Amino acid sequence: MTNKEYNEYVKQKTPDSKIFSNCLKAFVSGGIICVLGQVLIAVFGKCGFGEEDASTLTSITLIFLGALLTGLDIYPKIAKFAGAGTVVPITGFANSVVSPALEAKTEGMVLGVGAKIFTIAGPVILYGTFASCAAGLIYWIISLF
Amino acid sequence: MDYLKAFAVGGVICVIGQILIDKTKLTPARILVTFVVLGVFLQLIRVYEPLVKFAGAGATVPLTGFGYNLCKGVAKAVNERGFLGIFTGGLTASSGGVAAALVFGFLVSVIFRSKSKK
Repeated sequence: MTNKEYNEYVKQKTPDSKIFSNCLKAFVSGGIICVLGQVLIAVFGKCGFGEEDASTLTSITLIFLGALLTGLDIYPKIAKFAGAGTVVPITGFANSVVSPALEAKTEGMVLGVGAKIFTIAGPVILYGTFASCAAGLIYWIISLF
Repeated sequence: MDYLKAFAVGGVICVIGQILIDKTKLTPARILVTFVVLGVFLQLIRVYEPLVKFAGAGATVPLTGFGYNLCKGVAKAVNERGFLGIFTGGLTASSGGVAAALVFGFLVSVIFRSKSKK
């Protein structure tokens, strides 16, 4: 194999193996966060909360942890390694709510923090609410028959 | 066993996100929006609830679970309140998460300083 062929071979192979290792990291780290969620559900269940309340409390706890670890600058460091494994779980949502707000602190509390806290939360809430209303309309129409 | 299922399903959902990021260059913001809307849709066609029954937190912790919650809430509200439920169901069901994100987000922003050098 000439050098040129080899370089082409490497070029061909590298992106895939990079995606593979990224996926493996995302799988493990995302999985661990979900296991933590499962532990919290069990703990809240043991404390006497019903299934639905335990699940909501778990979300709130994970959001708290995601926000706190972002403030402490730990979450971004984990995210560098974990990629989507830290974006997709609800802790990633908390992270994306906090980080733009934190950076906008110098722009003031109202149009800085107050506005930028919705940089990611805004689109998520907007499209989530829109989708839920669309789903609601479908449920309502079905309920008429 | 519950933990293993949560790990595997949660992991796979994150891998789907990773593939979307690597292959389509979707930004994390778009991933989050896509996953929430996807969760609503998957619950609408009654695919997500069985997944939640199977995987627990593995299905509820990823943002698709947030969408699932929205859709479940709107179904319940329409059932109880009729037409009005279309508007009240989603936000009512997600109010805990949204309020937590805003309150904790705000507190963290007030207490901590940005460490990124921009």
